[in-house]
Amino acid sequence: MTIERYVAPETLEEAAAILSQGGATILAGGTDLMPQVHSGKLKFKSVLMNIRRVGELQGISMQGGMIRIGALATVTDLLTSNVVREKLPALTEAADQFASDQIRNAATVGGSLCNASPAGDVAPPLLVYNAEVELVCKPDSGMKVRTLPLAEFFTGPGRTRMEPNELLAAVRVPVPKAGYVARFVKFGTRPALDIATISIAIGGVKKGRALHEVRVALGAVAPVPLRAALTEAVLEGKALDAGLIDQVAAAARDEIKPISDVRASAWYRQELVQNIVKRMLTDVAQG
Amino acid sequence: MSLKVDISFKLNGVARSATVPVETSALEMLRDALGFTGTKYGCGEGECGACTILVDGASLNSCLLFAVDCNGRDVVTIEGLDAEPKAEAVKKGFVDKWAVQCGFCTPGMVVQATHLLNQNPNATDAQIRRGIEGNLCRCTGYVKIVEAIAAARDAVPREA
Repeated sequence: MTIERYVAPETLEEAAAILSQGGATILAGGTDLMPQVHSGKLKFKSVLMNIRRVGELQGISMQGGMIRIGALATVTDLLTSNVVREKLPALTEAADQFASDQIRNAATVGGSLCNASPAGDVAPPLLVYNAEVELVCKPDSGMKVRTLPLAEFFTGPGRTRMEPNELLAAVRVPVPKAGYVARFVKFGTRPALDIATISIAIGGVKKGRALHEVRVALGAVAPVPLRAALTEAVLEGKALDAGLIDQVAAAARDEIKPISDVRASAWYRQELVQNIVKRMLTDVAQG
Repeated sequence: MSLKVDISFKLNGVARSATVPVETSALEMLRDALGFTGTKYGCGEGECGACTILVDGASLNSCLLFAVDCNGRDVVTIEGLDAEPKAEAVKKGFVDKWAVQCGFCTPGMVVQATHLLNQNPNATDAQIRRGIEGNLCRCTGYVKIVEAIAAARDAVPREA
């Protein structure tokens, strides 16, 4: 279909109203949209809506006990945000390993999540930090907002639970407790502009030698970025000695059923997950 | 027939208006409609950096930027880069260090290097390498390119 109308709303309400009138292709940073259109993976709808001028979708701020990351915050915004660096360092780490400077300057957090790549770099740390997404719509005269745990947001490659009349307005992350530690590792063949072969985020509250309230998130090993519940159960609350670390690493390897593709075979991905989980936990145990 | 949209923006310091097909990239607009061919088309998917421009002071891949999204913004291409504080030193660095081979990546490299030194005037050599990670040189002349950017860094008084 060809684009019949181009709109660039400046308020969230305007944007939500346009979405409620029927299909619109949403443009934010454009770094995923443009290649997807060129490759034929995505067809434009009749309306192209550029949301980059919507003020409510911008910025990163503390609101009570939550860090609110506007959907239009760029990856550079994540990387340079003091709040993120101080409270969510594993997210800073993921932002640092994201594509290139030129793409970080354009790509948005909301766009990265809505594209729902299994290998998306910002998803695993956000899953570990227990993020939720704020979805808005305007079904009638009033605006409706619902929040959904990020862990429930993704349903498949490129697919989410977001309805066609909804817009992802922000990601909200509870400020981690004192003593919370988190790590992110992305494995690729070169540091820049590489899609993750696998990525891992691990977080928990360190008390003595054990991690509590543990969360483990894995990228590029399943149709969606996912929480590894079985691995978490093995790790939860137990002293991080060499024996436990081996058990957790083996649990992570056995929990995933990745595919083989151009970047790696399924076997290699499982080996990577086992070895990198071991390395990360050893680092946490010593740190 | 694709939908056309009227936009106005600042291009290299000068106010411009253009009527652009809505799905066109900023790169196509610059090169084909406005004749600013210094910005190169390399890969068309944000991998090579040959099309790097500055928009509102940030470096972007113009092949991934919708031309309509230039509306109201401040766009700088290699042709207008001289207004940027570090541009002259970067260009001199590329000449003095013989950092140009075939030259295709050079405009994008120079724009990105200028942005890098604007952001971080004291960038270490490692930070310079990271700063140009989104720019490919298929002559693989990276050593000279990094030397050129380092020379530009050292040529200007360091800021405290």
